[in-house]
Amino acid sequence: MPVWRKLAIVIIAGLLGGGCDALKRDYSGIELTGANWGRDFKLTDPDGRERTLADFRGKYVMVFFGYIQCPVVCPTALVRAAEARNALGADRERIQVIFITLDPERDSPALVKEYAAAFDPNVIGLRGDLQRTREVAKEFHVYYEKVPSGSSYSIDHTAITYIYDDQGRLRLGMQHQHTTEQYVADMRTLMKSKS
Amino acid sequence: MPGFPGYAMKALALLVFSSLLAAAAGAGAQVAVREPWVRATVAHQNSTGAFMRLQSPGDTRLVEARSPVARTVEIHEMSMENNVMKMRAVDGVDLPAGKPVELKPGGYHMMLIGLTVQIREGDSVPITLVFEGRDRKRQVIDISARAAPLNTVQGMKH
Repeated sequence: MPVWRKLAIVIIAGLLGGGCDALKRDYSGIELTGANWGRDFKLTDPDGRERTLADFRGKYVMVFFGYIQCPVVCPTALVRAAEARNALGADRERIQVIFITLDPERDSPALVKEYAAAFDPNVIGLRGDLQRTREVAKEFHVYYEKVPSGSSYSIDHTAITYIYDDQGRLRLGMQHQHTTEQYVADMRTLMKSKS
Repeated sequence: MPGFPGYAMKALALLVFSSLLAAAAGAGAQVAVREPWVRATVAHQNSTGAFMRLQSPGDTRLVEARSPVARTVEIHEMSMENNVMKMRAVDGVDLPAGKPVELKPGGYHMMLIGLTVQIREGDSVPITLVFEGRDRKRQVIDISARAAPLNTVQGMKH
């Protein structure tokens, strides 16, 4: 084999190796760093206080949009977030889990309060009126739509748990298929990163 | 039993009665219902999901469900498209002979809508399932589903 060919192979192998390294992902979740949306909300907690995302500066925040009559996806997302938080030992105090209802017509403040607490006392449930809910969902790129079903309705909706760093910057989106272990690993990586 | 003793007793009586009937008719023809459960609710929550595994010895179809604790029971199918969760009511669920069909988180499930009581962890929730065979003959089975905590992720890969 001529020398130039050997060299070429070495160079290509090096490039491939380097390429693989560069492609190695730090997170299981969708990386959303730099997003110019999902910047803030203004909603009401069940005790009637107005809350914004900025209120939680200094904490890592996990935000999920859903509705209480959602049979599977919403409880699963909130269980994952609460479990991940509890798996992080002392760091759990630096994490806030937030549930935002997309169904303010049925999800009263009292219901939102009890529902959120059923997952973990740390989970805060927030709601707005119909108009505010629409605005916040739009800002967070959350699609939702009421689907009539008999005399009732369900709500199709985006099922992503948004994770913010302690500077209030949107960093990750966890999907329905992500496990608690993946949440925990991503949170550990995020909490260690200095960016 | 806490929750709704009247219903529970009725469900138990129905269960015993229907299993006696099944035994008399030859138990092999009956749809087997395994591990039925419902998700517990918080007070004033209007609906919740019910999940179970069904297996029928012959081709049949789940066409209807009802429960004394809900105004109506619908059969829904959940899907996930581009991270959007969608739920749609379906007319029924086919049970091919001998094939286990799961009504589980992430696929088919029942929605108990218009709840008349709060469902607490550990409650027994009576549900009546109606199956229809190809010969149009209907089979009615009463089951009792256990209420699992609201914050459960049962039947899902962890």
